[in-house]
Amino acid sequence: MTHRHPGCPPACVNLDACDVPDLVPAPMNAVAELRQSRELLLNLTLRELRGKYKRSVLGWTWSLLNPLSTLVIYALVFGVFLQVQPDVGDPSGLKNFPAFLLCGLLPWNFLAGSLNGCMGSLLGNAGLIKKVYFPRELLPFATVLSLDVSFLIEMGVLAVFLLVLGNMVLPWLLPALVLMALLTCFAAGLGLIFAVFNVYFRDVQYLVGILLNLWFYLTPIVYPVSLVSDFAARVHRPWVLTAYRANPMVGFTEAFRDLLYSMRFPSVTTLAYLTVWSLGMLVLGMAVFGRFQARLAEEL
Amino acid sequence: MTSTTTAISVRNVSKKFRLYHDRNQSLKSMVSRGGRRARFEEFQALDDVSFDVPAGTTFGLIGHNGSGKSTLLKCMARILTPEHGTISVDGKISALLELGAGFHPELSGRENIFLNAAILGLGTKNVQAKFDEIVEFAGLERFIDTPVKNYSSGMYVRLGFSVAINVDPDVLLVDEVLAVGDEEFQRKCNEKFADLRAREKTIVVVSHGLGAMRAMCDQLAWLEHGRVRLIGDAGHVVDEYVAEVQVDRHDDDDETSGHRWGSGELSIEQVELLGPDGRATTKLKTGDAATIRLHYTATEPIERPVFGIAIATLDGVIVTGPNTHEGAVEVDRVDGSGTIDLVVERLLLLQGTYDISASVYDSAIAHPYDFRQNVLRFDVDPGTPHETFGGLVSLDGRWSLNGGAASGPHLRAVAP
Repeated sequence: MTHRHPGCPPACVNLDACDVPDLVPAPMNAVAELRQSRELLLNLTLRELRGKYKRSVLGWTWSLLNPLSTLVIYALVFGVFLQVQPDVGDPSGLKNFPAFLLCGLLPWNFLAGSLNGCMGSLLGNAGLIKKVYFPRELLPFATVLSLDVSFLIEMGVLAVFLLVLGNMVLPWLLPALVLMALLTCFAAGLGLIFAVFNVYFRDVQYLVGILLNLWFYLTPIVYPVSLVSDFAARVHRPWVLTAYRANPMVGFTEAFRDLLYSMRFPSVTTLAYLTVWSLGMLVLGMAVFGRFQARLAEEL
Repeated sequence: MTSTTTAISVRNVSKKFRLYHDRNQSLKSMVSRGGRRARFEEFQALDDVSFDVPAGTTFGLIGHNGSGKSTLLKCMARILTPEHGTISVDGKISALLELGAGFHPELSGRENIFLNAAILGLGTKNVQAKFDEIVEFAGLERFIDTPVKNYSSGMYVRLGFSVAINVDPDVLLVDEVLAVGDEEFQRKCNEKFADLRAREKTIVVVSHGLGAMRAMCDQLAWLEHGRVRLIGDAGHVVDEYVAEVQVDRHDDDDETSGHRWGSGELSIEQVELLGPDGRATTKLKTGDAATIRLHYTATEPIERPVFGIAIATLDGVIVTGPNTHEGAVEVDRVDGSGTIDLVVERLLLLQGTYDISASVYDSAIAHPYDFRQNVLRFDVDPGTPHETFGGLVSLDGRWSLNGGAASGPHLRAVAP
């Protein structure tokens, strides 16, 4: 190391006499900081995407093979063995169980993948969190964004499949994109909460595993909503259907099916309900994350 | 250089850590404790710390292990959040806490540069502009498209350092990571630091190397048990710190290994360092004439004593240790008071800070009459021979090209 600056004898710091101007404005709020960190978010997302299938022979093909295998299993079990009758698309007139299934399965896979990914994102980057400062919420966000990429590809493949089946879905893709954006907000908000709690209580991830299993069957993915409404009517308990519909994933699944399978606009109330859920969950997630992130570097 | 603006303002910062007794992070164990989280003790890592780091200066934090200096650095870097108090930092911060943190092993060096720079707050455009510089600084031109998992640990650290230092921060935080890479890379790092200092960037360093801290820092804060013990001019703080550490050692150990021991019938009263003008000083230049003078007092006649001195660095490395016996000087007999000089025609110590120890032994160098450890400290400034690439002493050698007799400043290549 070189020696000290010549010619500048440093005086002792006089703590009392120091007149310190306010150097930093009030702590930036999370939103402003996020905007500043757009490039980092992009880089972290690219890292997720590039790192994901490195050293696997099939690489990105896996992100399509996975839903394909689930599709085959569910189509076989529910469509063939259990003879679940899909809705008939109105006005599209389509009646096809795999197409019906995919319209619900792909958004669900995105949500489940996001929640699991978010929980791993903080634990998996413990080294980074302990050694460098950056807005920590970027890690869950990057996970969700990277899954958005596979979500987009899968939905593209679904669109081609629907076109082959005779559904002219092209005009409906734009509203579907908006719906995907809403689902992204919902997944990110919930993911932020699970991610930060999982650092403090590691069994959150196992709890979420059970929760996701339950949630999957409470969502009309492998069956149509009509099964539930028929049941509610049969037992004269209309609140069953109301309670069932409170689950936002019911709304998301129905909205995706409306757009792509039936080719019609979802009801305004459904859209409003989903928007409130999504944005509310995002705000809640950021608030919870902000509240609990201070001691992340110590708890990891 | 002015110290009117403040780069980092630390105000009443306190930080506690939780030391868990039962590190079982499960809901079940929480429920079994009646809804409370695991029992923990609190450890006060920082306790009401306040100071300012003037812009454009190099500021060091010293202290024992566990004194809170790394915690404070992490609070400055915003990795840890203090319970109380505020730290405001003016300008962009880059922290060299762990080099290469955030590298993805499967990605190439190139991809990781962009990623790591983004984490440190450098935009993609800026990285593109600095990309070649970063790669060249790390010396990794040939390997830049190789996944970093195939890098050696040295290459890994070099790339991490290169990215962090090229982020061009206003404030750089450094924690004991200066000793990376080979000599060549060390030299480049030092040049980079000198460059940052010349451009009046603010640097905060945590290190145990007192010699380096003294040479490098303008100011030091000495932390003890999470509190600021002393803050001020680097030389002063290091002196106080070293003095206390030595006193501690004296207190801890038995009587024979303190900083002064011996039977005492012949004692060294004082040690003086005389400069070229023959006056006592604590500051010399390389190449100066100097005299080290020992004042002794004998309470009874002593036959054939052996006087000796040792010069050591602050880290305790002994540079030289001459004595009268090996110097072929027989002191027949001493009685009463007197002086003995070690006359040095040209002091070949290079710039730095050194401690003199003095001793007087019996003729067999078996029994100490008096041993005074680190009794006098002095500084050496650059002089002639002028050498700035490290080391403790000059060999005062002469360069000769192709076996010629040349020794002056005008060497000329002779065609073979």
